[in-house]
Amino acid sequence: MRTAFIEQLILEARINPKIFLLVGDLGFSVVEPFAKEFPDRFINVGIAEQNMTAVASGLAMEGYTVFTYSIANFPTLRCMEQIRYDVCYHNLDVKIVAVGAGYAYASLGPSHHATEDIGMLRTIPGLTIASPGDPLEARRLTTLLSRNPGPAYLRLGKAGEAVVHPAEPEIRMGKPVLVKDGKETAVFATGSILKYAHDQLKDEKRDWALFSFPVIKPIDGEALLPVFKKFNMIICIEEHQLSAGFGSAVLEKANDLLQAGLLEKFPHINRVGIQDEFISIAGTQDFIRNRAGLVL
Amino acid sequence: MKTEKSQELANKIRQTAVEMVHRAKASHIGGALSMADILAVLYEEVMAIFPDNPSDPRRDRFLLSKGHACTALYAVLAHKGFFPLKELESYSLDGSRLLSHTSHKVPGIELSTGSLGHALGVACGMGLAAKRQNKSFHTYCMVSDGELNEGSNWEAILFAPHHQLGNLTLIVDYNKIQSFGTVEEVLNLEPLHSKFIAFGWEVLEIDGHQHSDILKALKNSKIDTARPTVIIAHTIKGKGVSFMENKLLWHYRSPSDQDLEIAKREIQP
Repeated sequence: MRTAFIEQLILEARINPKIFLLVGDLGFSVVEPFAKEFPDRFINVGIAEQNMTAVASGLAMEGYTVFTYSIANFPTLRCMEQIRYDVCYHNLDVKIVAVGAGYAYASLGPSHHATEDIGMLRTIPGLTIASPGDPLEARRLTTLLSRNPGPAYLRLGKAGEAVVHPAEPEIRMGKPVLVKDGKETAVFATGSILKYAHDQLKDEKRDWALFSFPVIKPIDGEALLPVFKKFNMIICIEEHQLSAGFGSAVLEKANDLLQAGLLEKFPHINRVGIQDEFISIAGTQDFIRNRAGLVL
Repeated sequence: MKTEKSQELANKIRQTAVEMVHRAKASHIGGALSMADILAVLYEEVMAIFPDNPSDPRRDRFLLSKGHACTALYAVLAHKGFFPLKELESYSLDGSRLLSHTSHKVPGIELSTGSLGHALGVACGMGLAAKRQNKSFHTYCMVSDGELNEGSNWEAILFAPHHQLGNLTLIVDYNKIQSFGTVEEVLNLEPLHSKFIAFGWEVLEIDGHQHSDILKALKNSKIDTARPTVIIAHTIKGKGVSFMENKLLWHYRSPSDQDLEIAKREIQP
């Protein structure tokens, strides 16, 4: 995904001279092509994420579209207040890019597990949250965010994720993307766990639908209405704490629709996510996902 | 150097700021008074300002990092015509855009502040943008001494010389008192001058109430184009009102009717 992101960002930067990339001394063997082609629009700010986000704010105030790039929780949690107060309160065109969503850096331990970021960030007014499920979604989102001014968070997996979609999907802000149609049950997935969900539904006994949510804030409630009405069961799966994450956002939307009189009954929604715990053993991403109970 | 006009403006800032905190029963007058002279010189003599078009791209940028001392900034902006003086009467009252920490919704204000340690990094971004776009505006950032406790400031203090931001001037309002005691007691900054030297800054040290010194330093800060300048301005918290000077209490207390009367008398030129 990170390669898809940087390749797409280079394409965008060729047509938009205002795109600027700041990295927090991470992105070795990823960001170099951008730095080489656009030396006037690239800085490695060093291991200083608060300053990276503040500098991004200053650049954005002077007209740039600024991408900040680092891994795991460093460009988000480490500088949460700069994101909230400098970027979002001033409604600046800053896109925060984190590589390593969920347990992508599984063996590196909880310091590198990005498993609370959605919950912490989605309460901040005006911040779009994008969470691609495969490299094709990452490409589309990079373009979408580059061309839509305002604060955004792009939650990337790592490298080498398999492609799920047969072709680049059309992504519209806040709307789910149908990956596979089915009966009775619909699975809502966000992030690279989409591939796992997709593999699980190849089983003939599970003729379920699968929707990817490349954008999890905002979520267009009305786009969910027909899905809530059609399926008896919704299963939300995410590589994030259950608390305040993607599934919670879906629950909130369902409740809003019910209260607004647009739904007659509350849909059955089952959530798969992390059960309020840190995982402090080593393992592959698949192993840690399994250990955390992220299974369908 | 003639400083009559900036002296007159400093008095107006002090008068107005004291009236504002009195009316709103608000805090933080001490730190507003300590930087009043520097603001007066900046806005009267140094910065390119466009009160009728506050976002004119040619303007110099001023970022007040110590957002709690915003009364002095609102006052100088109103006195220079960015918005009507009358609006200052609404300061901190129901429905006013004049929040009691610096708000970018107010004409002439670049950045909202209030959480300490935010503005210098943003100022670095602005300075960097000016360099990359070959623009000639200068960026000024004022921090308090206490907020140099924040690690984020030191990230930016490393960054600015590395990127040769000679178009950036940092001013430290060094009044020696922070929220809970003296700077020396709480978390000592000394030797501050040599810290900045070690970080690669051009360092000027002045009496932050002597207008000729302030003017000279601000002008000199534009000369070195390869290094950012820090002006360490030695100031007195509560300067200009005898019973507020060097008193921690006036970080918090709001002046009574009687306090206001005495203060206004003392501030008269």
